[in-house]
Amino acid sequence: MGVRQENGTPRKLGPVTEEEIADVTDNEVRKYLRGEGANLEVIQDKKLKGQLAVREELYGKSAKTAAKAEKWLMPTEGGYLDAEGIEKTWRIKQDTIAREVDISSSKKQYDIVLPDFGPYTLDFTSSGRYMAAAGHKGHLAIIDLQNLGVIKELQDEMMLIGVTGIVVNENVEFRGRGKRWILVADLILYRCIAEVREAVRDVVFLHNELFFAAAQNKYLYIYNRDGTELHCLKEHGAVLKLQFLKNHFLLASINNFGQLHYQDVTTGEMVNNYRTGLGRSDVLQVNPFNGVIASGHSGGTVNMWKPTSAAPLVKMLCHRGPVTGLAFHPNGHLMATAGMDKKIKLWDLRKFQVLQTLPGHAKTLDFSQKGLLATATGSFIQVLGDFSGSQNYSRYMGHSMAKGYQIQKVSFRPYEDVLGIGHSMGWSSILIPGAGEPNFDSWVANPFETSKQRREKEVRSLLDKLPAEAIMLDPSKIGTVRSARKKEKPTKQEREAEIEAAVAAAKSVSLKKKTKGRNKPSKLVKKRQQGIERAKRPLLEQQMEEELSKKKKRKMSEDNQLPKSLQRFARKTATV
Amino acid sequence: MKPKKKKVTDPNPKGWLQPEAGRKKYPRVFHNFDPNLRTQEKAVEYVRALNAAKLEKIFARPFIGAMDGHRDSVSCMAKNPNHLKGIFSGSMDGDIRLWDIASSVRLWSVPIAAAMESDGISDSSNKPLAVHVSKNAFWAADHQWDGDLFATAGAQVDIWDHNRSQPVKSFEWGSDTVISVRFNPGEPNILATSASDRSITVYDLRMDSPARKLIMRTRTNSISWNPMEPMNFTASSTSYAYRQMKIAIAIAMMLENWMKPNVSTKIMLDIDYSPTGREFVTGSYDRTVRIFQYNGGHSREIYHTKRMQRVFCVKFSWDASYVISGSDDTNLRLWKAKASEQLGVILPRERKKHEYMEAVKNRYKHLPEVKRITRHRHLPKPVYKASALRRIMAAAERRKEDRRRAHSTPGSMPKESMVEDELRKIS
Repeated sequence: MGVRQENGTPRKLGPVTEEEIADVTDNEVRKYLRGEGANLEVIQDKKLKGQLAVREELYGKSAKTAAKAEKWLMPTEGGYLDAEGIEKTWRIKQDTIAREVDISSSKKQYDIVLPDFGPYTLDFTSSGRYMAAAGHKGHLAIIDLQNLGVIKELQDEMMLIGVTGIVVNENVEFRGRGKRWILVADLILYRCIAEVREAVRDVVFLHNELFFAAAQNKYLYIYNRDGTELHCLKEHGAVLKLQFLKNHFLLASINNFGQLHYQDVTTGEMVNNYRTGLGRSDVLQVNPFNGVIASGHSGGTVNMWKPTSAAPLVKMLCHRGPVTGLAFHPNGHLMATAGMDKKIKLWDLRKFQVLQTLPGHAKTLDFSQKGLLATATGSFIQVLGDFSGSQNYSRYMGHSMAKGYQIQKVSFRPYEDVLGIGHSMGWSSILIPGAGEPNFDSWVANPFETSKQRREKEVRSLLDKLPAEAIMLDPSKIGTVRSARKKEKPTKQEREAEIEAAVAAAKSVSLKKKTKGRNKPSKLVKKRQQGIERAKRPLLEQQMEEELSKKKKRKMSEDNQLPKSLQRFARKTATV
Repeated sequence: MKPKKKKVTDPNPKGWLQPEAGRKKYPRVFHNFDPNLRTQEKAVEYVRALNAAKLEKIFARPFIGAMDGHRDSVSCMAKNPNHLKGIFSGSMDGDIRLWDIASSVRLWSVPIAAAMESDGISDSSNKPLAVHVSKNAFWAADHQWDGDLFATAGAQVDIWDHNRSQPVKSFEWGSDTVISVRFNPGEPNILATSASDRSITVYDLRMDSPARKLIMRTRTNSISWNPMEPMNFTASSTSYAYRQMKIAIAIAMMLENWMKPNVSTKIMLDIDYSPTGREFVTGSYDRTVRIFQYNGGHSREIYHTKRMQRVFCVKFSWDASYVISGSDDTNLRLWKAKASEQLGVILPRERKKHEYMEAVKNRYKHLPEVKRITRHRHLPKPVYKASALRRIMAAAERRKEDRRRAHSTPGSMPKESMVEDELRKIS
């Protein structure tokens, strides 16, 4: 990924020896180790120690094998920009890149101008093959990006059926008229097209390209690939922003009242809905690492949610002003936020601390698979990259939209070095070398999926569907042992035993001999009694205090019983 | 400005989908093991483990078939180490049959009359090769794994040679009837017997007298030596305890490991080790067949059907994948040793999938949901109730003993180990 200042030492020519293949650095292996190994030194049990040692060795071996496979067996290498001398990567323009790259890559640079429906928002499938575009004025489209390369050949056909728009590619412009966008040919450019005649605020793909959800003026709708409306989800209300959790098959939305809904798309069950209580928000992003959803609010806070608790998992005050954009690094440890206070902040989600604060506005943010951060405001896009390896983001590339098109959404295309931009006049695609993961895994997301593979995968992913309870801040906790709880309050028996011990201690104190008349047995008994009382008192007082506070708490909660008409405004108690 | 080396992944669909050489049917697949691409892998694994546990339960159909034909309850079985498919069974009326377990058909049988009278039958295939007559009735017989000797048990233990009409050796220890006898698979001169005086005796044929005798709390019905660790044997008894004993080859006998499965409440009538030596099967009076790990306390599996009555004899097949039981209802039944195992030819991809499922299930077996599903077995009501009752009784006994101990002079009632409790005398 990223910049190469100069060429490294050239790789030795000729066949690779066995030792060279086995030679992987610790750094390359660490990525696959999934954390530190168990500390075997402290284990007393010899049998357990032996078993764990065997296991650890196995983990080490498999990590090394994976590292070797990464080093030698990957079919493609990542893209990069080669800046030389004093040349700066952020000065390199898109047309310069277009001249240098191969033809098929240069075809990925294009602007599609659709002035009637903008601004546009975009979503890619997890394999990056399909894109859904939604024009705010009522246009939905699904595009097979692999066949988009044939734009030029298709122009005549497009003109024939009448397209409203301009396609700019390699200085070719053309214009058409008409309103409908249906192209059903062998080479399918736009698969689905629906003119919905109402505002479309957001669009997301569900688990594959066959289904997508669109947030429209009043309700949320689910369509299939051909643009047929399948469901109208009225319960969500007027949704502003949508997210889909593909491991859990949950569709999450936030509506104009700031209500968060989680709906299971396999059963149709509404898993949960919460009032954020923080007003209208259109900043919602799922953390791909753990499935936790973050929402940004006008008060400058970012709240993180899971479907099984009404109270947010995390509340962070990120900005002194409304939060405008939010993005998560694919490794889940880094979050980028942008606010109206003209700041872009990078957060470490393990410590919930800010790592870096950059100046500037951003309406939309997105992290690429390789960790590049795209920020956009107005008609300008800036791509930041972490080239020092120490979470220090700096300028990598920039791009200005032609004619001042206002950017609505930027989104990196998975497995490609491409940034998709939805703007006021349609959508565009530019090349960002080193953005995408160059090698896909056929079992995770396959851009070249056949329909049979897609069907198989649908079944398999349904079998592996995670329950909503699996969403938590640290997903590696599943299957581990919960550490022992802290000592609870003393039990009644313990308390009694404590008092008894104090009494026994007070009884056994030997009293001093006093002068005549003050050493009478009655006096002695009285004195001893007083000693016992004195020993008992602090313990009893403590007990009474606790009871009193308990009673008080109960009373408080009773007081909170509002009249029935007002009860719906009461805040729900946290159930974490 | 020099040319920028810029690479963008260029997928040419035709090239990417081209199948690998020799695998024409399948489109090409690629791997990338980057952990960032597979998020929440632990949760996914857990869900897979749960699904594997559920699927195992769904596919658990251990009963394969029954072999009927005997006119009385099946009392004993024998298997030939050189033949995988055949099994002999004997019923209480003296009928002996050879079965082909692959096709569940009878291959051969001895008519009852022929078995009763040794001569006067014309059919030569049913004629015994040799006839040995003893003064006493026989209770059990076992042949050496290699060699010409066989042993019979009854009023005494007799050792016979094929070529002699009289026993070559006789052992007697006490006056009670010996009810079972088994030769050691490793050392051909050692055999173990159990008798109705609750004893287990080990004999060495090279010596004139029995080597060792143990008196147990309850009677032992059957003994089986572990074929992989021939110094150990397991005895099934009239109480709910199993015992595994180890004899040092030099005759000294000691107790190694005691198992006390709480589940079984009824008399265990027969026992047989798997050829792997890792598990054994028992047949019991409570109309169930159970499979145990050789070193674990609880039964791994429990088989029952509505029609199966008291199980008198059980055998593991020589490939360790089937269990055969013979019961009071005159049937032999064939069971899978692993209830949910897929039979037949398994393709490599299928096998890998099974292995993966097994591995994730093993990894998450301690989690409550997975544990609950894998441990659950549906039991017939009498068995379920009897085990619950047994638990109550054991708890009551323990409680009573604890109270007695609490109210008696300290040290006067030492705690007995389970071994001491079970084993009454060693001589």
